[in-house]
Amino acid sequence: MSLSPLQLCLLFSSALFCVGLIGALARSNTILVLLGVELMLNAANINFIAFWRYGPAPSPATGVLFVIFAIAVAAAEAAVGLALVIAVYRHRRSIQLQDANSLKG
Amino acid sequence: MSLSASSLWLIPALPLLAAALTATLPRSRAGLAAAIAIGALALSFLLSCGALVTALAAPGEHLYSNFIWFDLGLGTVRLGWLLDPLTALMCTMVTFVGTLIFIFSSAYMHDDDRAKQFFCFLSLFAAAMLGLLVANSLLLLFICWELVGLASYLLIGFWFHKPSVAAAAKKAFITTRIGDIGFLLGLLWLNDATGSLLFYDGGKGVLETGALSALAAQTTFGGLAVSTAIGLLLFCGAIGKSGQFPLHVWLPDAMEGPTPVSALIHAATMVAAGVFLIARIFPLMEADKLLAAVPVHALSVVATIGAITALLGAFIAIAQNDLKRILAFSTVSQLGYMMLALGVGAPSAAIFHLLTHAFFKALLFLGAGSVIHAAHHEQDIRQLGGLSAKMKLTFATFAIGTMALVGVPLFFSGFWSKEAILHAAHGWQVSHFPFYAALLGVVLTAFYNTRLISEVFFGHGRSRSANHAHENSSVMTTPLVILAFFAIALGFLGAPAYPWIPAKLSGEAAVHGHSLFDGVGLMALSVVLVALGVGAGFALYGRKTRTSSTARDPLEQALPRVFAALAARLGFDELYTATVGRLNAALATFSDLLDRWVFDAVIRFLTRLGQFAGIVNRETDEDLLNGGFDATSQSLRSTGQAYSRAQSGDAHGYLRVIAAGFVLLLLAVLLGGVR
Amino acid sequence: MITLTFIALVTLAAAAVAMSQRNLIHSALLLVASWAGIAGFYLWAGAEFVAFAQILVYVGAVSMVVLFAVLLTRRSHAELAIAPASVKRILAAIVAGGAVLGALFGAVLSTPLASAAAPPPAISVKALGAQLLGRHTASVLLIAVLLTVALLGAVVIASTNSKEDAP
Repeated sequence: MSLSPLQLCLLFSSALFCVGLIGALARSNTILVLLGVELMLNAANINFIAFWRYGPAPSPATGVLFVIFAIAVAAAEAAVGLALVIAVYRHRRSIQLQDANSLKG
Repeated sequence: MSLSASSLWLIPALPLLAAALTATLPRSRAGLAAAIAIGALALSFLLSCGALVTALAAPGEHLYSNFIWFDLGLGTVRLGWLLDPLTALMCTMVTFVGTLIFIFSSAYMHDDDRAKQFFCFLSLFAAAMLGLLVANSLLLLFICWELVGLASYLLIGFWFHKPSVAAAAKKAFITTRIGDIGFLLGLLWLNDATGSLLFYDGGKGVLETGALSALAAQTTFGGLAVSTAIGLLLFCGAIGKSGQFPLHVWLPDAMEGPTPVSALIHAATMVAAGVFLIARIFPLMEADKLLAAVPVHALSVVATIGAITALLGAFIAIAQNDLKRILAFSTVSQLGYMMLALGVGAPSAAIFHLLTHAFFKALLFLGAGSVIHAAHHEQDIRQLGGLSAKMKLTFATFAIGTMALVGVPLFFSGFWSKEAILHAAHGWQVSHFPFYAALLGVVLTAFYNTRLISEVFFGHGRSRSANHAHENSSVMTTPLVILAFFAIALGFLGAPAYPWIPAKLSGEAAVHGHSLFDGVGLMALSVVLVALGVGAGFALYGRKTRTSSTARDPLEQALPRVFAALAARLGFDELYTATVGRLNAALATFSDLLDRWVFDAVIRFLTRLGQFAGIVNRETDEDLLNGGFDATSQSLRSTGQAYSRAQSGDAHGYLRVIAAGFVLLLLAVLLGGVR
Repeated sequence: MITLTFIALVTLAAAAVAMSQRNLIHSALLLVASWAGIAGFYLWAGAEFVAFAQILVYVGAVSMVVLFAVLLTRRSHAELAIAPASVKRILAAIVAGGAVLGALFGAVLSTPLASAAAPPPAISVKALGAQLLGRHTASVLLIAVLLTVALLGAVVIASTNSKEDAP
């Protein structure tokens, strides 16, 4: 079985996504959870570029524009997320994600 | 500088913008609000001058610019702007007089802590009035007409914490509404009959020959031509707004508002809107003039109403003691003159009188405001007196205004405009009643104005406030001087020797001067009448001035019953209270009885029925249904508790569930083959 | 293909090690390497502009924010090495992640994806700029507003608003 470059790219992004997911699930440090989510976002961006590069009838700019906007949103997300981490830390003296469970039903 | 018809909307838009701006200002910025209002109106004045230049370049034409307001399924509603000498002259007058009055107000209202709102309302009024003037559509005119009424209501009731003020505002609003119902009906009928409300629309407008001849050709009930009926309905609106008999009762009460408002709205501009309306739709009003078979011509009604009003106002003014009320009744009388002129077929004379009247009546009201302001809000002429020495400038300008109103020959504008009206009335073939009424009005006007001047300015001060009066600041006196100048100067633009304004109004490009003594006999007669009135007034009031504020009026001594009747304003208010008011009260009582005994009984029965049903219900409820509800509630609560356990508060748990869900979905797609 | 495989392996390895590190600072630095690898992928794919954006935003900015967050939330050197997570959760994570990975791989491999061998679509930075400020002006403005709001929000959330909150 021979892999096409597009499939290889998609496998790469899937693997990166799962690394991020496992990190986010396994680690208890909130910062690392955030970074895992960040990796998942990057995997999505890789998909955009892959389809832009190899996909059928690519428009010259669509994929690139998607990625640019996604990066901008991700940057905003990272800033707010890390600020939240700091705020939670101030409040609870902990950055363990499982300590922040005030919403428990 | 000239302004085309399509940009005419700027003239009302500027004050409207000023009103919106001042509405958003904080209450403490009254000075800024005044500046904005004055500035916007002054700009509008400049634009009006531009419009005047454009209009005078082609005096016989009606320049218009129509546009689609909104599109309905069945047709479009179109509005438009109209520019002709009538519009342009009126706009220029309103903005000029308005600006002066705004400036006067900024001093007059200086101590009022709601002055900011005052300027907001004033700007709103100016915007509505100017919109009324530039409208090329009866609908737009009607909208602005009602806005003007609203602004008038707000301004009359500006000091609404006084019950009499609130009542006066209500009275003005409701009385004019009665006329406006006629206006609205006429408007609807006109739209129904012609399918358009535009005045001029390239041959399809309602004031153009096509529509007019069609309207005049049809007859309706009583043999009236349709144009006559519509014209009379529209005239109802003018009767209400211009304080004509029998709806004149609101105008004197409107003097409860601040004096600049009286000057601007209830003397110079708004009340002239009715006259303007009739002048605007004059082609419609006279469309029936060639029909011989009709029972009545629209213009004859106008002339008769005008003549009655002119006499009535002048008679009642004789016996009033409130400074502003005298002026108010004189306004009623002068508006009657204008209607009379319209009715006898001389719209240019009517508008000329409107213009001159606007200046000298604004001058008189501002002069009265100056007196009232100086005399600590004393308005009773019996309490005043001797002010000629203390307030020289106010006295001089007030005297000029009075002489213009009375029609002192040759040098005052009122003389020439009144002369034009008398001429037109004399030449009217249908009846001589308006002419004689106008002549009698001249005598009466001269008489009551002499009384007014003598009581207020001559003799000795008869109260503390009159004795302590002093001249006002230049912010208040400068507008007086400017208005006084125009009260004189405007006459020279309309005198028979150089009838510039009437010529432009009737659409003539060139001004044909007549001899100054054209119709000299009539002129001499009116001079004699003026002299008679002034002489009688002087004999009664000027020769020997009032000594104390409680002394009886000389006329009262001579004719006590007549004087009492006039002082009671011939009982119109009482008459309306006894007829319309009582009818209203009877209807209200009837409704009350109906409500109390018929509807109430039904409702009470239904209530009983409901109560009975409720009792039955409750019995069933408590025993049968409640148990079931309790069980349901309990089960809901335990389900909720079970679900809430899923809310672990653990972000990892949530994320795991999302992952599992994603895998399941993907598997379902892959295995199930859903594309 | 070989370049792509190499880039992918480096990136994945860096990410995987980063996720399993005990030392947070090491994790952050390894993630920087991983992001740089992704930028390399973009370069390889022909999206130069995105590659530079990736470097600027992730390698440059986000990593700094992460480092600051790490520094601001640690109390002593001893705590830098965080306690190991419970074995149960790690196992659960690996199971969940493995399931997702399997599903994704299955999906990718079973889908017949037409792969055009054509040269990469060329898009110059100039054309991109014209598109961004031409057709997509509204989106750019929205993103700008979003970033501003996020920045302000971050400041508000992270600022100490009362004395007792201060560390």
